[in-house]
Amino acid sequence: MIRFENVTKVYDATSRPALDSVSLEVDRSEFVFLVGASGSGKSTFIRLVLKEDSASRGAVYVAGQNVANIPSWRVPRLRRGIGVVFQDFRLLPNKTVFANVAFAMQVIGKSRAVIRETVPEVLKTVGLEGKNNRMPHELSGGEQQRVAIARAIVNRPGILLADEPTGNLDPTTSMGIMKVLDRINSNGTTVVMATHDDDIVNTMRKRVVELRNGAVVRDDAQGIYIGETEAVAE
Amino acid sequence: MRLAFILSEIGSGLRRNLSMVISVILVTFISLTFVGAAGLLQLQINQMKGYWYDRVQVAVFLCVENSTSPSCAAGPVTEEQRDTIRGMLESEAFTPYVASVEYESQDEALGHFKDQFANSPIVDSVTADQLPESFRVNLVDPEKYEVINEAFSSLPGVDVVSDQRELLEKVFSVMNRASLGALLVAGVMTVCAILLIATTIRLSAFSRRRETGIMRLVGASKAVIQLPFILEGVIAAVVGALLASGALWGMSRFVIGGWLAREYPETAFISDQQVVLLVPALILLGALLAGVSSLLTLRRYVKV
Repeated sequence: MIRFENVTKVYDATSRPALDSVSLEVDRSEFVFLVGASGSGKSTFIRLVLKEDSASRGAVYVAGQNVANIPSWRVPRLRRGIGVVFQDFRLLPNKTVFANVAFAMQVIGKSRAVIRETVPEVLKTVGLEGKNNRMPHELSGGEQQRVAIARAIVNRPGILLADEPTGNLDPTTSMGIMKVLDRINSNGTTVVMATHDDDIVNTMRKRVVELRNGAVVRDDAQGIYIGETEAVAE
Repeated sequence: MRLAFILSEIGSGLRRNLSMVISVILVTFISLTFVGAAGLLQLQINQMKGYWYDRVQVAVFLCVENSTSPSCAAGPVTEEQRDTIRGMLESEAFTPYVASVEYESQDEALGHFKDQFANSPIVDSVTADQLPESFRVNLVDPEKYEVINEAFSSLPGVDVVSDQRELLEKVFSVMNRASLGALLVAGVMTVCAILLIATTIRLSAFSRRRETGIMRLVGASKAVIQLPFILEGVIAAVVGALLASGALWGMSRFVIGGWLAREYPETAFISDQQVVLLVPALILLGALLAGVSSLLTLRRYVKV
Protein backbone atom coordinates (compact mmCIF):
# COMPACT_ATOMS: atom_id res chain seq x y z
CA MET A 1 0.00 0.00 0.00
CA ILE A 2 2.89 2.35 0.82
CA ARG A 3 6.40 1.68 -0.44
CA PHE A 4 9.52 3.79 0.09
CA GLU A 5 12.52 2.97 -2.08
CA ASN A 6 15.78 4.52 -0.87
CA VAL A 7 13.96 7.74 -0.04
CA THR A 8 16.06 10.68 1.05
CA LYS A 9 14.54 14.01 1.99
CA VAL A 10 16.76 17.03 2.45
CA TYR A 11 15.03 20.22 3.61
CA ASP A 12 18.15 22.28 3.95
CA ALA A 13 21.38 21.38 2.22
CA THR A 14 23.52 22.37 5.18
CA SER A 15 21.89 20.10 7.79
CA ARG A 16 21.53 16.33 7.83
CA PRO A 17 18.68 14.84 5.80
CA ALA A 18 15.29 14.41 7.48
CA LEU A 19 15.05 10.97 5.89
CA ASP A 20 18.19 9.16 4.83
CA SER A 21 17.81 6.43 2.24
CA VAL A 22 14.73 4.87 3.79
CA SER A 23 13.30 1.70 2.27
CA LEU A 24 10.08 0.44 3.74
CA GLU A 25 6.96 -1.36 2.63
CA VAL A 26 3.57 -1.26 4.34
CA ASP A 27 1.06 -3.83 3.10
CA ARG A 28 -2.67 -3.44 2.66
CA SER A 29 -4.55 -3.68 5.98
CA GLU A 30 -1.37 -3.55 8.01
CA PHE A 31 -1.01 -1.62 11.27
CA VAL A 32 2.41 -0.03 11.67
CA PHE A 33 3.85 2.03 14.48
CA LEU A 34 6.45 4.55 13.41
CA VAL A 35 8.51 5.29 16.51
CA GLY A 36 11.47 7.49 17.26
CA ALA A 37 12.42 10.70 19.00
CA SER A 38 11.19 14.00 17.64
CA GLY A 39 13.26 14.96 14.63
CA SER A 40 13.76 11.32 13.67
CA GLY A 41 11.77 11.76 10.45
CA LYS A 42 8.28 10.46 11.36
CA SER A 43 6.44 13.58 10.23
CA THR A 44 8.51 13.81 7.06
CA PHE A 45 7.43 10.26 6.26
CA ILE A 46 3.79 11.30 6.55
CA ARG A 47 4.31 14.46 4.48
CA LEU A 48 5.91 12.45 1.70
CA VAL A 49 3.03 9.98 1.58
CA LEU A 50 0.59 12.91 1.24
CA LYS A 51 2.77 14.58 -1.40
CA GLU A 52 2.92 17.68 0.77
CA ASP A 53 6.62 17.50 -0.03
CA SER A 54 8.45 15.49 -2.60
CA ALA A 55 11.44 13.23 -1.98
CA SER A 56 14.87 14.58 -2.79
CA ARG A 57 16.00 11.14 -3.93
CA GLY A 58 14.32 7.75 -4.24
CA ALA A 59 10.70 6.92 -4.96
CA VAL A 60 7.51 6.92 -2.85
CA TYR A 61 4.72 4.61 -4.00
CA VAL A 62 1.20 4.97 -2.63
CA ALA A 63 -1.36 2.39 -3.74
CA GLY A 64 1.04 1.25 -6.45
CA GLN A 65 1.59 4.71 -7.88
CA ASN A 66 4.81 6.68 -7.77
CA VAL A 67 3.67 9.95 -6.22
CA ALA A 68 6.38 11.86 -8.10
CA ASN A 69 4.46 11.07 -11.30
CA ILE A 70 1.13 12.41 -10.03
CA PRO A 71 0.44 15.81 -11.65
CA SER A 72 -0.53 18.55 -9.22
CA TRP A 73 -4.17 18.58 -10.34
CA ARG A 74 -4.44 14.88 -9.43
CA VAL A 75 -2.97 15.33 -5.95
CA PRO A 76 -6.42 15.92 -4.38
CA ARG A 77 -7.43 12.49 -5.67
CA LEU A 78 -4.42 10.93 -4.00
CA ARG A 79 -5.35 12.65 -0.75
CA ARG A 80 -8.94 11.43 -0.92
CA GLY A 81 -7.51 7.95 -0.55
CA ILE A 82 -5.65 8.89 2.63
CA GLY A 83 -7.07 9.99 5.98
CA VAL A 84 -4.93 12.00 8.37
CA VAL A 85 -5.17 12.61 12.11
CA PHE A 86 -2.97 15.00 14.08
CA GLN A 87 -1.94 15.51 17.66
CA ASP A 88 -3.81 18.83 17.79
CA PHE A 89 -7.10 17.49 16.29
CA ARG A 90 -7.54 20.46 13.91
CA LEU A 91 -11.32 20.67 14.23
CA LEU A 92 -13.23 23.72 13.05
CA PRO A 93 -14.22 25.45 16.30
CA ASN A 94 -17.36 27.10 14.92
CA LYS A 95 -18.88 23.93 13.52
CA THR A 96 -20.71 21.15 15.33
CA VAL A 97 -19.40 17.60 15.49
CA PHE A 98 -21.68 16.61 12.65
CA ALA A 99 -20.69 19.62 10.56
CA ASN A 100 -17.00 19.01 11.13
CA VAL A 101 -17.27 15.49 9.77
CA ALA A 102 -19.69 16.52 7.02
CA PHE A 103 -17.23 19.23 5.92
CA ALA A 104 -14.84 16.58 4.60
CA MET A 105 -17.62 15.22 2.40
CA GLN A 106 -19.02 18.59 1.29
CA VAL A 107 -15.73 19.83 -0.06
CA ILE A 108 -15.34 16.84 -2.35
CA GLY A 109 -18.88 17.25 -3.60
CA LYS A 110 -20.82 14.47 -1.86
CA SER A 111 -24.58 14.88 -1.97
CA ARG A 112 -26.55 15.97 1.07
CA ALA A 113 -28.37 12.66 1.21
CA VAL A 114 -25.14 10.65 1.29
CA ILE A 115 -23.74 12.94 3.97
CA ARG A 116 -26.85 12.59 6.16
CA GLU A 117 -26.58 8.86 5.91
CA THR A 118 -22.82 8.39 6.28
CA VAL A 119 -21.85 10.85 9.01
CA PRO A 120 -23.94 9.33 11.85
CA GLU A 121 -22.66 5.91 10.85
CA VAL A 122 -19.03 7.01 11.10
CA LEU A 123 -19.67 8.85 14.36
CA LYS A 124 -21.02 5.60 15.71
CA THR A 125 -17.88 3.76 14.58
CA VAL A 126 -15.68 6.12 16.61
CA GLY A 127 -18.00 5.98 19.62
CA LEU A 128 -19.60 9.41 19.44
CA GLU A 129 -23.24 8.43 19.05
CA GLY A 130 -25.64 11.17 20.05
CA LYS A 131 -23.01 13.94 20.11
CA ASN A 132 -23.86 15.20 16.64
CA ASN A 133 -24.75 18.70 17.73
CA ARG A 134 -22.01 19.35 20.25
CA MET A 135 -19.44 22.00 19.57
CA PRO A 136 -15.77 20.96 19.74
CA HIS A 137 -15.08 23.02 22.87
CA GLU A 138 -17.80 21.12 24.70
CA LEU A 139 -15.96 17.84 24.16
CA SER A 140 -13.07 16.23 26.03
CA GLY A 141 -9.73 15.81 24.27
CA GLY A 142 -10.39 12.16 23.57
CA GLU A 143 -13.78 12.95 22.10
CA GLN A 144 -12.29 15.70 19.93
CA GLN A 145 -9.73 13.25 18.59
CA ARG A 146 -12.55 10.83 17.80
CA VAL A 147 -14.24 13.55 15.78
CA ALA A 148 -10.97 14.10 13.92
CA ILE A 149 -10.71 10.35 13.25
CA ALA A 150 -14.30 10.28 12.04
CA ARG A 151 -13.50 13.12 9.66
CA ALA A 152 -10.39 11.30 8.42
CA ILE A 153 -12.24 8.07 7.60
CA VAL A 154 -15.60 9.40 6.48
CA ASN A 155 -14.59 9.23 2.81
CA ARG A 156 -13.42 5.64 3.31
CA PRO A 157 -9.73 6.08 2.55
CA GLY A 158 -7.54 3.00 2.10
CA ILE A 159 -4.86 4.49 4.34
CA LEU A 160 -5.09 6.26 7.69
CA LEU A 161 -2.05 8.26 8.79
CA ALA A 162 -1.95 9.28 12.44
CA ASP A 163 0.73 11.71 13.57
CA GLU A 164 1.00 11.32 17.36
CA PRO A 165 -2.76 11.09 17.78
CA THR A 166 -2.47 10.42 21.50
CA GLY A 167 0.19 13.04 22.15
CA ASN A 168 -2.24 15.35 23.96
CA LEU A 169 -4.24 12.68 25.78
CA ASP A 170 -3.96 10.84 29.08
CA PRO A 171 -3.17 7.08 29.04
CA THR A 172 -6.75 5.88 29.58
CA THR A 173 -8.16 8.13 26.87
CA SER A 174 -5.28 7.11 24.62
CA MET A 175 -6.21 3.45 24.94
CA GLY A 176 -9.75 4.34 23.87
CA ILE A 177 -8.38 6.03 20.78
CA MET A 178 -6.21 2.98 20.05
CA LYS A 179 -9.27 0.75 20.19
CA VAL A 180 -10.93 2.95 17.61
CA LEU A 181 -7.87 2.84 15.35
CA ASP A 182 -7.63 -0.92 15.79
CA ARG A 183 -11.28 -1.30 14.81
CA ILE A 184 -10.74 0.83 11.71
CA ASN A 185 -7.70 -1.30 10.86
CA SER A 186 -9.64 -4.52 11.23
CA ASN A 187 -12.15 -3.17 8.67
CA GLY A 188 -9.33 -3.26 6.12
CA THR A 189 -7.82 0.21 6.38
CA THR A 190 -4.04 0.43 6.42
CA VAL A 191 -2.97 2.41 9.52
CA VAL A 192 0.38 4.09 9.98
CA MET A 193 0.74 5.73 13.38
CA ALA A 194 3.70 7.86 14.37
CA THR A 195 4.13 7.92 18.14
CA HIS A 196 6.58 7.90 20.99
CA ASP A 197 4.12 6.52 23.54
CA ASP A 198 5.81 3.32 24.70
CA ASP A 199 2.82 2.02 26.69
CA ILE A 200 0.64 2.01 23.64
CA VAL A 201 3.21 0.35 21.42
CA ASN A 202 3.92 -2.31 23.99
CA THR A 203 0.25 -3.07 24.57
CA MET A 204 -0.76 -3.28 20.91
CA ARG A 205 1.94 -5.70 19.77
CA LYS A 206 1.89 -4.55 16.18
CA ARG A 207 4.67 -4.02 13.67
CA VAL A 208 7.13 -1.37 14.87
CA VAL A 209 9.43 0.62 12.60
CA GLU A 210 11.94 2.71 14.47
CA LEU A 211 13.54 5.74 12.89
CA ARG A 212 16.61 7.45 14.22
CA ASN A 213 18.16 10.50 12.57
CA GLY A 214 16.20 9.79 9.44
CA ALA A 215 17.19 6.14 9.04
CA VAL A 216 15.27 2.94 9.79
CA VAL A 217 17.14 1.24 12.61
CA ARG A 218 14.60 -1.45 13.49
CA ASP A 219 11.60 -3.15 11.90
CA ASP A 220 9.94 -5.78 14.15
CA ALA A 221 6.83 -7.65 13.11
CA GLN A 222 5.40 -7.68 16.64
CA GLY A 223 7.64 -5.21 18.32
CA ILE A 224 7.86 -3.30 21.51
CA TYR A 225 9.01 0.23 22.07
CA ILE A 226 12.63 0.51 23.12
CA GLY A 227 13.10 3.61 25.21
CA GLU A 228 15.28 6.35 23.86
CA THR A 229 17.90 6.07 26.59
CA GLU A 230 18.16 2.35 26.02
CA ALA A 231 18.42 2.83 22.31
CA VAL A 232 21.21 5.34 22.69
CA ALA A 233 23.03 2.98 25.07
CA GLU A 234 22.91 0.14 22.53
CA MET B 1 -23.99 20.33 -3.38
CA ARG B 2 -20.58 21.64 -4.27
CA LEU B 3 -22.09 24.81 -5.69
CA ALA B 4 -24.20 25.35 -2.59
CA PHE B 5 -21.11 24.76 -0.50
CA ILE B 6 -19.03 27.27 -2.47
CA LEU B 7 -21.83 29.83 -2.26
CA SER B 8 -22.12 29.47 1.49
CA GLU B 9 -18.33 29.79 1.80
CA ILE B 10 -18.48 33.01 -0.23
CA GLY B 11 -21.30 34.31 1.95
CA SER B 12 -19.41 33.67 5.16
CA GLY B 13 -16.23 35.10 3.68
CA LEU B 14 -17.97 38.31 2.67
CA ARG B 15 -19.57 38.65 6.09
CA ARG B 16 -16.33 37.99 7.93
CA ASN B 17 -14.39 40.61 5.98
CA LEU B 18 -17.21 43.11 5.64
CA SER B 19 -15.14 46.26 6.18
CA MET B 20 -12.51 45.15 3.68
CA VAL B 21 -15.16 44.15 1.19
CA ILE B 22 -16.78 47.57 1.48
CA SER B 23 -13.45 49.28 0.89
CA VAL B 24 -12.85 47.13 -2.19
CA ILE B 25 -16.30 48.12 -3.46
CA LEU B 26 -15.63 51.80 -2.91
CA VAL B 27 -12.19 51.81 -4.47
CA THR B 28 -13.34 49.94 -7.57
CA PHE B 29 -16.35 52.27 -7.68
CA ILE B 30 -14.13 55.36 -7.76
CA SER B 31 -11.56 53.93 -10.14
CA LEU B 32 -14.14 52.66 -12.61
CA THR B 33 -16.05 55.95 -12.41
CA PHE B 34 -12.93 57.71 -13.63
CA VAL B 35 -12.39 55.11 -16.33
CA GLY B 36 -15.99 55.63 -17.38
CA ALA B 37 -15.67 59.42 -17.26
CA ALA B 38 -12.70 59.22 -19.61
CA GLY B 39 -14.79 57.00 -21.84
CA LEU B 40 -17.69 59.46 -21.78
CA LEU B 41 -15.42 62.34 -22.73
CA GLN B 42 -14.09 60.37 -25.69
CA LEU B 43 -17.61 59.52 -26.77
CA GLN B 44 -18.54 63.18 -26.49
CA ILE B 45 -15.50 64.25 -28.53
CA ASN B 46 -16.40 61.79 -31.27
CA GLN B 47 -19.97 62.93 -31.19
CA MET B 48 -18.97 66.56 -31.58
CA LYS B 49 -16.39 65.82 -34.27
CA GLY B 50 -18.94 63.92 -36.28
CA TYR B 51 -21.40 66.76 -35.94
CA TRP B 52 -19.11 69.70 -36.47
CA TYR B 53 -16.63 68.50 -39.04
CA ASP B 54 -19.40 68.41 -41.62
CA ARG B 55 -20.36 71.95 -40.81
CA VAL B 56 -17.14 73.81 -40.23
CA GLN B 57 -16.13 76.23 -42.89
CA VAL B 58 -13.21 78.41 -43.72
CA ALA B 59 -14.33 81.99 -43.74
CA VAL B 60 -12.55 84.47 -45.96
CA PHE B 61 -13.44 87.83 -44.43
CA LEU B 62 -13.19 90.84 -46.66
CA CYS B 63 -12.02 94.28 -45.68
CA VAL B 64 -14.38 96.82 -44.16
CA GLU B 65 -13.89 100.44 -43.20
CA ASN B 66 -11.93 99.89 -40.04
CA SER B 67 -10.02 96.68 -40.80
CA THR B 68 -6.43 96.86 -39.59
CA SER B 69 -4.58 94.18 -41.52
CA PRO B 70 -1.99 95.33 -44.14
CA SER B 71 -3.92 93.94 -47.07
CA CYS B 72 -6.77 96.28 -46.12
CA ALA B 73 -4.63 99.40 -46.28
CA ALA B 74 -6.53 100.59 -49.35
CA GLY B 75 -9.83 100.68 -47.46
CA PRO B 76 -12.96 98.52 -47.87
CA VAL B 77 -12.98 95.79 -50.47
CA THR B 78 -13.84 96.91 -53.98
CA GLU B 79 -16.21 95.24 -56.40
CA GLU B 80 -13.28 94.25 -58.55
CA GLN B 81 -11.31 92.66 -55.68
CA ARG B 82 -14.37 90.70 -54.61
CA ASP B 83 -14.82 89.30 -58.09
CA THR B 84 -11.13 88.33 -58.27
CA ILE B 85 -11.38 86.46 -54.98
CA ARG B 86 -14.55 84.69 -56.00
CA GLY B 87 -12.98 83.87 -59.34
CA MET B 88 -9.98 82.33 -57.65
CA LEU B 89 -12.06 80.30 -55.22
CA GLU B 90 -14.10 78.88 -58.07
CA SER B 91 -11.10 78.44 -60.36
CA GLU B 92 -9.79 75.13 -61.61
CA ALA B 93 -6.74 75.35 -59.30
CA PHE B 94 -8.87 75.10 -56.17
CA THR B 95 -11.52 72.61 -57.20
CA PRO B 96 -9.60 69.70 -55.58
CA TYR B 97 -9.88 71.51 -52.22
CA VAL B 98 -13.05 73.52 -52.33
CA ALA B 99 -16.37 71.76 -52.16
CA SER B 100 -18.58 74.82 -52.31
CA VAL B 101 -18.44 78.57 -51.84
CA GLU B 102 -21.12 80.82 -50.47
CA TYR B 103 -21.08 84.53 -50.33
CA GLU B 104 -22.34 86.26 -47.21
CA SER B 105 -23.10 89.91 -47.62
CA GLN B 106 -22.96 92.45 -44.82
CA ASP B 107 -26.76 92.39 -44.49
CA GLU B 108 -26.78 88.62 -44.22
CA ALA B 109 -23.96 88.79 -41.67
CA LEU B 110 -26.05 91.16 -39.58
CA GLY B 111 -29.01 88.79 -39.83
CA HIS B 112 -26.91 85.88 -38.55
CA PHE B 113 -25.42 88.04 -35.87
CA LYS B 114 -28.84 89.08 -34.66
CA ASP B 115 -30.00 85.46 -34.52
CA GLN B 116 -26.94 84.41 -32.59
CA PHE B 117 -27.03 87.19 -30.03
CA ALA B 118 -30.77 87.61 -29.88
CA ASN B 119 -30.75 88.06 -26.11
CA SER B 120 -27.82 90.42 -25.95
CA PRO B 121 -28.23 94.21 -25.79
CA ILE B 122 -25.24 94.57 -28.12
CA VAL B 123 -27.50 93.73 -31.07
CA ASP B 124 -29.13 97.13 -31.17
CA SER B 125 -25.82 98.98 -31.52
CA VAL B 126 -24.46 96.92 -34.41
CA THR B 127 -25.06 97.97 -37.95
CA ALA B 128 -24.48 96.09 -41.20
CA ASP B 129 -21.47 98.13 -42.30
CA GLN B 130 -19.54 97.16 -39.19
CA LEU B 131 -19.67 93.50 -40.07
CA PRO B 132 -17.41 92.12 -42.80
CA GLU B 133 -18.80 90.44 -45.85
CA SER B 134 -17.25 87.02 -46.39
CA PHE B 135 -16.90 83.94 -48.53
CA ARG B 136 -17.87 80.78 -46.67
CA VAL B 137 -15.80 77.93 -48.07
CA ASN B 138 -16.62 74.29 -47.44
CA LEU B 139 -13.48 72.24 -47.89
CA VAL B 140 -13.32 68.78 -49.40
CA ASP B 141 -10.82 67.83 -46.70
CA PRO B 142 -11.09 70.08 -43.62
CA GLU B 143 -7.41 69.38 -42.84
CA LYS B 144 -6.36 71.34 -45.94
CA TYR B 145 -7.12 74.72 -44.45
CA GLU B 146 -3.54 75.93 -44.90
CA VAL B 147 -3.87 75.88 -48.69
CA ILE B 148 -6.66 78.43 -48.60
CA ASN B 149 -4.96 80.48 -45.93
CA GLU B 150 -1.72 80.80 -47.90
CA ALA B 151 -3.42 81.65 -51.14
CA PHE B 152 -5.89 84.22 -49.87
CA SER B 153 -4.77 85.85 -46.64
CA SER B 154 -2.44 88.36 -48.31
CA LEU B 155 -4.68 89.06 -51.28
CA PRO B 156 -5.78 92.68 -51.52
CA GLY B 157 -9.27 93.08 -50.12
CA VAL B 158 -8.99 90.07 -47.80
CA ASP B 159 -8.93 90.97 -44.16
CA VAL B 160 -8.41 87.58 -42.58
CA VAL B 161 -8.90 83.90 -43.34
CA SER B 162 -10.26 82.07 -40.37
CA ASP B 163 -10.64 78.35 -39.85
CA GLN B 164 -13.56 77.52 -37.60
CA ARG B 165 -12.04 74.09 -37.13
CA GLU B 166 -9.14 75.64 -35.26
CA LEU B 167 -11.57 76.83 -32.63
CA LEU B 168 -13.06 73.37 -32.34
CA GLU B 169 -9.61 71.81 -32.10
CA LYS B 170 -8.98 73.93 -29.04
CA VAL B 171 -12.15 72.67 -27.43
CA PHE B 172 -11.27 69.08 -28.32
CA SER B 173 -7.77 69.38 -26.99
CA VAL B 174 -9.12 70.62 -23.65
CA MET B 175 -11.53 67.70 -23.58
CA ASN B 176 -8.80 65.26 -24.56
CA ARG B 177 -6.63 66.51 -21.76
CA ALA B 178 -9.48 66.17 -19.30
CA SER B 179 -10.07 62.60 -20.40
CA LEU B 180 -6.34 61.88 -20.12
CA GLY B 181 -6.43 63.30 -16.60
CA ALA B 182 -9.39 61.10 -15.75
CA LEU B 183 -7.50 58.09 -17.09
CA LEU B 184 -4.50 59.00 -14.97
CA VAL B 185 -6.60 59.15 -11.81
CA ALA B 186 -8.27 55.93 -12.92
CA GLY B 187 -4.86 54.30 -13.30
CA VAL B 188 -3.78 55.25 -9.78
CA MET B 189 -7.09 54.16 -8.32
CA THR B 190 -6.87 50.89 -10.22
CA VAL B 191 -3.49 50.15 -8.67
CA CYS B 192 -5.10 50.91 -5.29
CA ALA B 193 -7.95 48.56 -6.09
CA ILE B 194 -5.64 45.73 -7.12
CA LEU B 195 -3.54 46.05 -3.97
CA LEU B 196 -6.60 46.31 -1.80
CA ILE B 197 -8.16 43.22 -3.35
CA ALA B 198 -4.89 41.37 -2.83
CA THR B 199 -4.81 42.41 0.83
CA THR B 200 -8.43 41.47 1.33
CA ILE B 201 -7.83 38.02 -0.06
CA ARG B 202 -4.75 37.60 2.09
CA LEU B 203 -6.77 38.46 5.17
CA SER B 204 -9.57 36.22 4.09
CA ALA B 205 -7.13 33.38 3.40
CA PHE B 206 -5.57 33.90 6.81
CA SER B 207 -8.87 33.88 8.67
CA ARG B 208 -9.87 30.70 6.86
CA ARG B 209 -6.55 28.88 7.01
CA ARG B 210 -7.95 26.09 9.19
CA GLU B 211 -10.69 25.36 6.69
CA THR B 212 -8.40 25.46 3.68
CA GLY B 213 -5.88 23.26 5.50
CA ILE B 214 -8.52 20.63 6.13
CA MET B 215 -9.86 20.95 2.61
CA ARG B 216 -6.42 20.15 1.24
CA LEU B 217 -6.01 17.17 3.53
CA VAL B 218 -9.29 15.56 2.58
CA GLY B 219 -8.59 16.10 -1.09
CA ALA B 220 -10.76 19.03 -2.11
CA SER B 221 -9.94 20.20 -5.62
CA LYS B 222 -8.13 23.42 -6.31
CA ALA B 223 -11.32 24.98 -7.65
CA VAL B 224 -13.30 24.27 -4.47
CA ILE B 225 -10.54 25.69 -2.31
CA GLN B 226 -9.77 28.79 -4.35
CA LEU B 227 -13.04 29.69 -6.02
CA PRO B 228 -14.64 31.22 -2.92
CA PHE B 229 -11.71 33.62 -2.55
CA ILE B 230 -11.70 34.59 -6.21
CA LEU B 231 -15.46 35.06 -6.34
CA GLU B 232 -15.41 37.16 -3.18
CA GLY B 233 -13.11 39.64 -4.89
CA VAL B 234 -15.01 39.48 -8.14
CA ILE B 235 -18.37 40.07 -6.46
CA ALA B 236 -17.04 43.09 -4.57
CA ALA B 237 -15.50 44.52 -7.75
CA VAL B 238 -18.64 43.95 -9.79
CA VAL B 239 -20.71 45.75 -7.15
CA GLY B 240 -18.21 48.60 -7.44
CA ALA B 241 -18.59 48.55 -11.22
CA LEU B 242 -22.37 48.69 -10.92
CA LEU B 243 -22.12 51.69 -8.61
CA ALA B 244 -19.76 53.36 -11.07
CA SER B 245 -22.19 52.67 -13.91
CA GLY B 246 -24.98 54.20 -11.87
CA ALA B 247 -22.89 57.28 -11.14
CA LEU B 248 -22.01 57.74 -14.81
CA TRP B 249 -25.59 57.28 -15.88
CA GLY B 250 -26.68 59.84 -13.30
CA MET B 251 -24.00 62.20 -14.54
CA SER B 252 -25.05 61.89 -18.16
CA ARG B 253 -28.71 62.11 -17.35
CA PHE B 254 -28.75 64.99 -14.94
CA VAL B 255 -25.58 66.92 -15.73
CA ILE B 256 -25.31 66.45 -19.47
CA GLY B 257 -28.91 65.72 -20.37
CA GLY B 258 -30.57 67.94 -17.80
CA TRP B 259 -28.26 70.90 -17.62
CA LEU B 260 -25.66 71.15 -20.40
CA ALA B 261 -28.13 70.19 -23.11
CA ARG B 262 -30.48 72.93 -21.93
CA GLU B 263 -27.73 75.53 -21.70
CA TYR B 264 -26.19 74.71 -25.07
CA PRO B 265 -29.04 73.51 -27.25
CA GLU B 266 -27.03 73.76 -30.47
CA THR B 267 -24.37 71.28 -29.26
CA ALA B 268 -24.79 67.58 -29.84
CA PHE B 269 -24.40 65.74 -26.54
CA ILE B 270 -24.16 62.02 -25.90
CA SER B 271 -27.30 60.32 -24.74
CA ASP B 272 -28.07 58.01 -21.80
CA GLN B 273 -28.20 55.09 -24.20
CA GLN B 274 -24.59 55.57 -25.14
CA VAL B 275 -23.65 55.55 -21.46
CA VAL B 276 -25.39 52.22 -21.05
CA LEU B 277 -22.95 50.83 -23.64
CA LEU B 278 -20.15 51.49 -21.14
CA VAL B 279 -21.74 49.38 -18.39
CA PRO B 280 -20.74 45.90 -19.64
CA ALA B 281 -17.22 47.17 -20.28
CA LEU B 282 -16.95 48.49 -16.72
CA ILE B 283 -18.30 45.30 -15.20
CA LEU B 284 -15.92 43.21 -17.26
CA LEU B 285 -13.04 45.45 -16.27
CA GLY B 286 -13.97 45.18 -12.59
CA ALA B 287 -14.26 41.42 -12.73
CA LEU B 288 -10.98 41.12 -14.60
CA LEU B 289 -9.26 43.38 -12.08
CA ALA B 290 -10.40 41.27 -9.15
CA GLY B 291 -9.87 37.96 -10.91
CA VAL B 292 -6.31 38.65 -11.91
CA SER B 293 -5.25 40.14 -8.60
CA SER B 294 -6.84 37.30 -6.64
CA LEU B 295 -5.23 34.64 -8.82
CA LEU B 296 -1.84 36.20 -8.21
CA THR B 297 -2.46 36.46 -4.47
CA LEU B 298 -3.82 32.95 -4.09
CA ARG B 299 -0.77 31.47 -5.73
CA ARG B 300 1.22 32.80 -2.81
CA TYR B 301 -1.12 32.54 0.12
CA VAL B 302 -3.40 29.58 -0.42
CA LYS B 303 -1.36 26.48 -1.02
CA VAL B 304 -3.15 23.66 -2.76
